[in-house]
Amino acid sequence: MSALMWIVLILIGIAAGGWLLRWAGQKATSNAPVFRDMPYGVAFGYVLGAAILVAGVFFYFKPTVNDAGTAVAGVVFFRWAVQGLLLSMLLAIGFKQFGKYVGTAGTRKLFRSMPLTASFGILIIIIYVIMAVFAPIIAPYGQEEVLASANVIPGGNPAMGGDPAYPLGTDQIGRDVLSRLIYGARNTVGIAFATTVLAFLLGATFGFLAATLGGWLDQFLSRAVDVLMAIPSLIFALLLMTIATVWAAEWGIPLTIFMVVIIAVIDSTRVYRLARAVGQNIVVMDYIEAAKLRGEGLGYLIFKEILPNATAPLLAEFGLRFCFVFLTIAALSFLGVGIQPPLADWGTMVKESASFISFAQFAPTAALPPLLAAGAIALLTVAVNFVVDWMLHKSSGLKE
Amino acid sequence: MANVLSIIVQRLLLGLLTLLVVSIVIFLAVNALPGDFAEAILGQGATPESIATIRRDLGLDQPMVVRYFDWLSKMLRGDLGVSFAQLNFRTNLGGAGDVGVAEQIAPRLANTMFLAATTAIIAVPIAVTLGVLAALYRNTIFDRAANVATLSSISSPEFFMAYLMTLFLAFIFPIFPSLSNISADLTFFERLEKTMLPAITLTLVVTAHMMRMTRAAIINLLASPYIEMARLKGMSPMRVIVKHALPNALAPIINVIALNLAYLITGVVVVEVVFVYPGIGNLFVDAVKNRDIPIVQACCLIFAAAYILLNLTADILSILSNPRLRHPK
Repeated sequence: MSALMWIVLILIGIAAGGWLLRWAGQKATSNAPVFRDMPYGVAFGYVLGAAILVAGVFFYFKPTVNDAGTAVAGVVFFRWAVQGLLLSMLLAIGFKQFGKYVGTAGTRKLFRSMPLTASFGILIIIIYVIMAVFAPIIAPYGQEEVLASANVIPGGNPAMGGDPAYPLGTDQIGRDVLSRLIYGARNTVGIAFATTVLAFLLGATFGFLAATLGGWLDQFLSRAVDVLMAIPSLIFALLLMTIATVWAAEWGIPLTIFMVVIIAVIDSTRVYRLARAVGQNIVVMDYIEAAKLRGEGLGYLIFKEILPNATAPLLAEFGLRFCFVFLTIAALSFLGVGIQPPLADWGTMVKESASFISFAQFAPTAALPPLLAAGAIALLTVAVNFVVDWMLHKSSGLKE
Repeated sequence: MANVLSIIVQRLLLGLLTLLVVSIVIFLAVNALPGDFAEAILGQGATPESIATIRRDLGLDQPMVVRYFDWLSKMLRGDLGVSFAQLNFRTNLGGAGDVGVAEQIAPRLANTMFLAATTAIIAVPIAVTLGVLAALYRNTIFDRAANVATLSSISSPEFFMAYLMTLFLAFIFPIFPSLSNISADLTFFERLEKTMLPAITLTLVVTAHMMRMTRAAIINLLASPYIEMARLKGMSPMRVIVKHALPNALAPIINVIALNLAYLITGVVVVEVVFVYPGIGNLFVDAVKNRDIPIVQACCLIFAAAYILLNLTADILSILSNPRLRHPK
């Protein structure tokens, strides 16, 4: 109850502070327009922001170890979060500066007008691609390698149950978590990328075909897509995966291949919609008419006339689709029907190590493996979304 | 009004038709399985006699069209069949445990609805308020921070959010229980307390989307002449947005709220699994893992029906919120 009272008191204090700030500002600057026209809500916002900042700084510098000698998990995690945020901001600023002075004239110009979030996104994507391509060189151990000791706590501190040889510890059967995280970039991202490409091949081909030919083919495809889109995609994927497990066992084909095809087909419906809409706008153009009169074939029309003009919206959609596919695959793996072991995969890793979170109060580092794996997924999708957001903003020319 | 009514009836019929086709798709998908249910139920230790018995019991010796209409008419009467786990138990051990799929699903569906309702009650007011504030203070630090925060929370996987919430609100600051073991004999507040953590997680996921759409819908309108007029006559920015922009932005906002509610009912699967919340999503995932086809089929149909229904509602509400459609010339 007293906690509630404190919250109310602090809020009242902030409300008074907002009023005081505006009044003091008006007096001190002899009614400068900034303070004269300031709505009360804005003044309240400034004081609230300042109060949160002060509370954050105060909390950050609280001791991480209490009198009894055990770690205070809240402070530890808060410090990690703040440090991570500051580090990523520094990285983004550094990368933007780097991009401003290195590269061709075009990319330098691009970097100058880029918001920090976008440069952060590009940097993260580059790091993930490097991890995926050079995983065997970067990772200290193999992804399926079972090492001498299992359940090593992350942090490398022997007093806490860690081991310097495994900086992020090992899992229940003794595989190195760091190596599996790095290999996860290759498996999870690679499979998601392949799935998105397949979805685009299917969706864009049929979408352009429907736009160009029209008639019954367009009607048939569009109605079929309507029906498929009426079923929630994760639910539909789970239904089809149920069936695929039987087929996979029957024919001896890895379940992962089924998953790629299933998700690609489900997601291609969304691509189809976009490709058809964009294609229809292009088909009515004069140059298409001219090409038709020249006697060009269907293939030429689609690949040489429509596709080049539809690249920009399709590319932005590719980023968003990739995120969506990536999250679907992660969710399926997390539920236990996605990418199958022994391949290292982030979704599966989260599932396997989730129970460690409950040890967070006693040993904050023990809770790291599931959070790192889930965070690796989140970081990539956030990065891609930042870049796509910037691209969309740039192409739409929105200013306000 | 007659015009609107005919539009609504048309949409309803279209929705029913879609649902019918979806049921065919689900039926076909399940029946595309190699072998048949009889073998799937009995597994490795099947004898030819028991397979024949089950096949006759389930009507698997009938042609597919007959089976489809049989299944559909049973579904319409609320008879969702008996799960494989129950059938296996009955055939091999001769028990009389006759719990149909409908009885298994009903309480869980109620739980999921409770979770969705709790989330909606928390999320919708927060999202609309934040959206209006972000539109009001656009391009300020508050707007930028809200943009980055919502973009991050939309794009993170639900289980990441869920585990972060568990970490902070259940273990580091033990405010809510980390597992939602809900049973029928809980009082309302105990139930609410145990539902809180999944509800907060879902709120984080859906609020971001709704807030961004609210902001975009309002900002889209700010360039129109009547907003300019309101500004020029000296209205405060807050009043301009709340009195003039918001009513005209209602259609897209209602649309996105309905879409997110649809997401709440169907997309809660992952969150329910994380918190072991006894909802329909959890049941569905278990059935998928055990390949319990009757449950999978029934859940799929329910999810699809809820999804179609909410999309339909969004459609109709956005028609109703537009005076030009309500009073055609």
